[in-house]
Amino acid sequence: MSQSPTHAQRSDVFLLDAERTTWHDETLWFVRQKRDKAVYATPEFQELRQLASDIKDHTLSQLAEYLEQFEAAALANGVRVHWAADADEHNAIVLGIVRAAGASRVVKSKSMLTEECHLNPHLLANGVEVIDSDLGERIIQLRGEAPSHVVLPAIHLKKEDVGETFWQHLGTEKGLTDPQQLTEAARQHLREKFLAAEVAISGVNFAVAETGSVVVCTNEGNADLAIGLARVHIACMGMEKLLPRLSDLAVFTRLLTRSATGQPITTYTSHFTRPAPGKEMHVVIVNNGRSQQLGRPDFRASLKCIRCGACMNTCPVYRRSGGHSYDFTIPGPIGAILSPNIDMRQHVSLPFASTLCGSCTDVCPVKIDIHTQLYKWRQVLGAEGMLPASKKYSMKLLSRVLARPGLFKAGGVAARLGLRLVPHALSHAPGYNPWAIARELPAPPKQSFREWYAHQSSVSAK
Amino acid sequence: MKVALFVPCYVDQFYPQVAIASLQLLEKLGVRAVFPAQQTCCGQPMANSGCEQDAKPVYHHFVETFQDYDYVVGPAGSCVYHVRKHFDIIDQTPAVQHVRTATVELFDFITSILGVTELPGRFPHQVGLHLSCHGQRGLHQANESEMTPVRDGQLRRLLAGLEGLTLTELDRNDECCGFGGTFCVSEAGISARMGQDRVADHLRHGTQVLTGGDMSCLMHLEGLVRRRQLPLQVRHAAEIFNQAFA
Ligand code: SF4
Repeated sequence: MSQSPTHAQRSDVFLLDAERTTWHDETLWFVRQKRDKAVYATPEFQELRQLASDIKDHTLSQLAEYLEQFEAAALANGVRVHWAADADEHNAIVLGIVRAAGASRVVKSKSMLTEECHLNPHLLANGVEVIDSDLGERIIQLRGEAPSHVVLPAIHLKKEDVGETFWQHLGTEKGLTDPQQLTEAARQHLREKFLAAEVAISGVNFAVAETGSVVVCTNEGNADLAIGLARVHIACMGMEKLLPRLSDLAVFTRLLTRSATGQPITTYTSHFTRPAPGKEMHVVIVNNGRSQQLGRPDFRASLKCIRCGACMNTCPVYRRSGGHSYDFTIPGPIGAILSPNIDMRQHVSLPFASTLCGSCTDVCPVKIDIHTQLYKWRQVLGAEGMLPASKKYSMKLLSRVLARPGLFKAGGVAARLGLRLVPHALSHAPGYNPWAIARELPAPPKQSFREWYAHQSSVSAK
Repeated sequence: MKVALFVPCYVDQFYPQVAIASLQLLEKLGVRAVFPAQQTCCGQPMANSGCEQDAKPVYHHFVETFQDYDYVVGPAGSCVYHVRKHFDIIDQTPAVQHVRTATVELFDFITSILGVTELPGRFPHQVGLHLSCHGQRGLHQANESEMTPVRDGQLRRLLAGLEGLTLTELDRNDECCGFGGTFCVSEAGISARMGQDRVADHLRHGTQVLTGGDMSCLMHLEGLVRRRQLPLQVRHAAEIFNQAFA
């Protein structure tokens, strides 16, 4: 029914390169193991998760109040606060600030929100040079791709791919694959951009209502450098990023990198509260579908996400299908519950791109019941009539059979007989039976259990 | 104690030996379970596909079939989990509530309800345990690697208690096998790849007999093993214990 390719179709493309799939899976599993080590070494980790979850639940339950509190505090600090209902408004506001500053060169630190709003193309189309300063982001920006992961945006690329990209765009030696040298090349290239930029755009990891400040976490320090050098700082945040008090922050900084990469803490956790003398600081608070998700009780908890990426690293489907197979800014299990909120029809296959194994739920540092929400989305999509007709009708038929023991018995006999009689080549023909592309069907036994049991009891009755 | 054997639809049709072994194993433990013949399925395939409304008549049929038993024991963690967790969309009559709590996975029943922590017998093989996600993370029958490095669980302990049995230590203790109900059809490529990776982990570490408490995962893995004719036997844990407990 849906026009866009399904997750399965996009995964099949990824899977064609079996070696790369293995490498992708193993690389992310390595990150998951680093996370495990950090978590096992923190005895109070499960209590921290609960605390974080409670704080987020509480904040979401009074989001309007906390947003107002944040705005008032930020304004008092001399920060200019803007509100954007959707992506277009966000982009227009940012462009307006850049223009008012008379600027044409912008550096950006990593922000999934600006990706979500497609800010870069908008700025470029309006004559503003925008450079992603996070190394991974810069690599994929040069390649014209979207991030494939929220923390490791270029994790789908091998060092050979990066070498190739830098050779094409930065003039490095052809065939260079040494990560150290590649990083150095990027550093030199970015330094120029940092120095030239008039405006710095950053994401926001946490916003503190009590103080009106925003907190930005990076490992490369690129946000700090960009913001320190530029005259204007624009911080773009989703409206769910709030925490009530400064003292709440410690809970989250302890969880964030442990879950993300296994580090005890992010290298740079920077607080931006007021503009430096002679400079400007803006905060753009974006809705873009968030209040709609807040209004869906079954899916509200998805707004607790702190974008650590742990659910992606642990997801056995994500690891083998790559982030681009989700075709949504936030990929992986959490993306699969955020995306139907934006467009059910376009993303109808994503909640089905899971075995519901539950590992995502168990790693999530803010205890989002991810796999339960995936299951619930399936029901919503089914009720909305979004499922392919073949599935819809076969499930109705199946239900009719399964609610009637007589029909079921007859059906089972027919199925087993069918499997014995139908030639292997037919029952295993790919277009006919996807199960059989890589698997043998079970060998049909002569007798079902119920037949065996009925026989047993008739024998013992005699 | 009135105990009913709940035999999931695909076990009834394709793996009767698993249901027979479950029945006999329970008998050896002094429990006479009966098989109510009108049972069909728990409704999970439909619900899993986003059609839980269509599954309601099946849920009601399940409850009607099993409401008069103290326990409903099934050799499949996934189906048991479905009954316990997802029958919440029908009216919660006393019968529904009773069936939801009375439905128990076979080894959970043996360990938690019967209090049996060791089964006698000998099984001199290297056995690889496949933890099913619904049994492990859903029904909490084994420790999750997301929480703790300790590898422990009901089935693991019971297997380790058999004489001569060696347990395989895997690189990835509890990763999903990729079955996932209708997932294995709608995302056939990823599903197969996940299963192949699971099987490879077992082969790499010497598993001769691959086992578990959930026949659905095992059916998927067995299909992959047979396609590639790999040197692995796949057997439900009930078969192993029933054979060992002579
Ligand atoms: S859903 Fe949870 S695990 Fe996934 S990125 Fe968000 S916070 Fe991290």
